[in-house]
Amino acid sequence: MEGGAALSLKTELEVKYGVLCIRLEGELDHHTADELREKVNRVMDEQMVQHILLNLGNLTFMDSSGLGVILGRYKRISGLGGEMVVCSISPAVRRLFELSGMFKILRLETDEDYALHTLGVA
Amino acid sequence: MRNKMSLTFSAVSENESFARVTVAAFVAQLDPTLDELTEIKTVISEAVTNCIIHGYGNSGVGDVTIKAVLEDGNVTVSVHDDGVGINDVEKAKQPLYTTKPELERSGMGFTIMENFMDHVTVETEEGKGTTIIMTKEIAQNRAVCK
Repeated sequence: MEGGAALSLKTELEVKYGVLCIRLEGELDHHTADELREKVNRVMDEQMVQHILLNLGNLTFMDSSGLGVILGRYKRISGLGGEMVVCSISPAVRRLFELSGMFKILRLETDEDYALHTLGVA
Repeated sequence: MRNKMSLTFSAVSENESFARVTVAAFVAQLDPTLDELTEIKTVISEAVTNCIIHGYGNSGVGDVTIKAVLEDGNVTVSVHDDGVGINDVEKAKQPLYTTKPELERSGMGFTIMENFMDHVTVETEEGKGTTIIMTKEIAQNRAVCK
């Protein structure tokens, strides 16, 4: 659906050399967080995932429900010895991350290619 | 000029986007910056999510009412539910504190509301419900001194 207030979240998931790339477009709130959690968990159940790369370049809105679902995936990947890297974040999302201390656990990189490079792939 | 609105909707997550977009459209009359609009959208999302998850325990039953008043370049928004209430407001306000860690709640809702708005007041009674009242001065209006 396009236009109006019916904005939601588009999720693109791709596993590249063991790195799960999560690309989000739209709005990540309580309503869309549940679906994202299920989709990411399904990929992590089915495939070998070593690290997570979160590309938030096209995310137009996020609230604390988004922080919750990101923290949950962080716990899972760090429990497997992996890392979570985030790239292309907007000033508004950066402020939420700073407020909640997310940068103590996630590494921020400017774009996806460079982030993948720092994870030892691409 | 004083202008007001009120909005009542079912306590379901589908309405969160509707609620924040509607309040932002109303506040747009004060000519806020994009940052200020994002802040208002975010706090509405936090308060409405609290009503749905904590007030009504995700039951989908019950209403959320938002009232907003614009006056002298200030916006006052209240977000109300008739849910279970909060038994320890100070604890609920602590960063990272959540009563629902199993739902992967971050516990950042009140911290965000307090950071993004000028004042946040909580009126609550156990078994009766909760009202969050938040105010914010819109910067552009401060400078113009209407």
